[in-house]
Amino acid sequence: MTALLEVEDLRVAYGKIEAVKGISFKVEAGEVVTLIGTNGAGKTTTLRTLSGLLKPVGGQIKFDGKSLKKTPAHQIVSLGLAHSPEGRHIFPRMTIEDNLRLGAFLRNDKPGIEKDIQRAYDLFPILGERRKQAAGTLSGGEQQMLAMGRALMSQPKLLMLDEPSMGLSPIMMQKIMATIAELKSQGTTILLVEQNAQAALSLADQGHVMEVGSIVLSGSGQDLLHDESVRKAYLGED
Amino acid sequence: MNELPQQLVNGLLLGSMYGLVAIGYTMVYGIVQLINFAHGEIFMTGAFGALTVYVYILPNGTSMWIALPLMLIGAMLVSTTIAVGAERFAYRPLRNAPRLAPLITAIGLSLALQQAVWAWYPDAKSARTFPQIDGGPFHIGSVTIQTGDIFLLIAAPVSMAILGYFVMKTRTGRGMQATAQDPDTAKLMGVNTDRIIVIAFALGAVFAAVGAVAYGLKYGQIDFKMGFLLGLKAFTAAVLGGIGNIYGAMIGGIVLGVAETLATAYIADIPGMDKFGSNAWADVWAFVLLILVLLFRPQGLLGERVADRA
Repeated sequence: MTALLEVEDLRVAYGKIEAVKGISFKVEAGEVVTLIGTNGAGKTTTLRTLSGLLKPVGGQIKFDGKSLKKTPAHQIVSLGLAHSPEGRHIFPRMTIEDNLRLGAFLRNDKPGIEKDIQRAYDLFPILGERRKQAAGTLSGGEQQMLAMGRALMSQPKLLMLDEPSMGLSPIMMQKIMATIAELKSQGTTILLVEQNAQAALSLADQGHVMEVGSIVLSGSGQDLLHDESVRKAYLGED
Repeated sequence: MNELPQQLVNGLLLGSMYGLVAIGYTMVYGIVQLINFAHGEIFMTGAFGALTVYVYILPNGTSMWIALPLMLIGAMLVSTTIAVGAERFAYRPLRNAPRLAPLITAIGLSLALQQAVWAWYPDAKSARTFPQIDGGPFHIGSVTIQTGDIFLLIAAPVSMAILGYFVMKTRTGRGMQATAQDPDTAKLMGVNTDRIIVIAFALGAVFAAVGAVAYGLKYGQIDFKMGFLLGLKAFTAAVLGGIGNIYGAMIGGIVLGVAETLATAYIADIPGMDKFGSNAWADVWAFVLLILVLLFRPQGLLGERVADRA
């Protein structure tokens, strides 16, 4: 049985500087896998490469049995790989509802799209209340909800979330993490990149610790949560 | 001052022609942050496309009611072909080059297109007569609308309505808005941004072609350098309205047209200004307005915040 996503010896470089230096990991269907690590570890670069925004210099990416190496970015979402980018990147001058519709850009089943928009509003009621408002007027946490809702609109097989808790208040962070837990319980497969290692590892089935472009430690979420070196480096304990 | 309504209508008509051409500048800028200085020549070649249909394709003496739609199609075909060709072969290879490179390319392309028409289009070394719609001018109250302007009166609002519907209501239009606001994230949504860029160039050319036919009907003649000043005015209109904003382009065009017309008509009445009222000064007033707007409202009338991505 092959995994939904298989990354093998992936290398990505900006010019001569290698940002990802040959990493390998897998995501099985139904799992939550997290990449943790400090700024500059190569987590975001990894996700941007998976969704085709960056081209790898080496290695293999296999998603749902197909190689993604030659697939242009705009075709990747239709294969079932959705990416909620770091910094949210909602479309600020479009309404919340139009943002959600863009998440379903390649879908043709109108009734299904309407149903999924409703589902996004059920998941995040605040978005429903403000559906006609320009997305740029939302708070950071609400924008994060919109970015997640938008990514879900493509009915992904794998949802990639990049730093969903970045810059949020503790209460909002809890809300977002609770939503990710809810998505997990519904069976959504998630690849989660987080600096908030505690929250990410508590949720994750598998975790990988990245440092300067390499995976230095892998294990189950619980194992990593109790690993001494991880606790020292990422959970602020000595 | 009883001629004021007439001057306003004249300005409105002139301005909607600027607006039609301005859409092309603003759309391309909104999507790829390129000022396509060859757009004035895309407009000019559209006029020659329309002329070609009338003079060289249709039988002599075809009624304008049959000829006009065909001329419009001819104008659109020529403009769009040149605009899409320019995107594909001149601008796309420079997509990741420093911004000065595509700008200089645009200026070069603009000169090349002018010279190509001058050298190769039959008898284009001086102005060529453009076919006219028969019938006298129309009178509404004290206002007279010239026959040649009727086309503009209908085409400008219809074009604007179609464009508004396309951008706001269709899937491609939404993809266009998304690409303008955040190209990388648009790709994540599945938007083929390369295709969107081509569509932006093509749409701009289509509206420039409508403007070109309007120009021919309004002034009765076209020439190889007609795109230079009009292109500059339309660019001014786009900046006035807030570059990147398609409604701004139309509104900027109308404000420019009205201001230019009123300045020409009335500035000589101000004591000591009698030298400045002639038509020769109309262009000066248009660009004075541009300078004023840039000083006091650099983001334009319907300003999109350009600074944060320039």
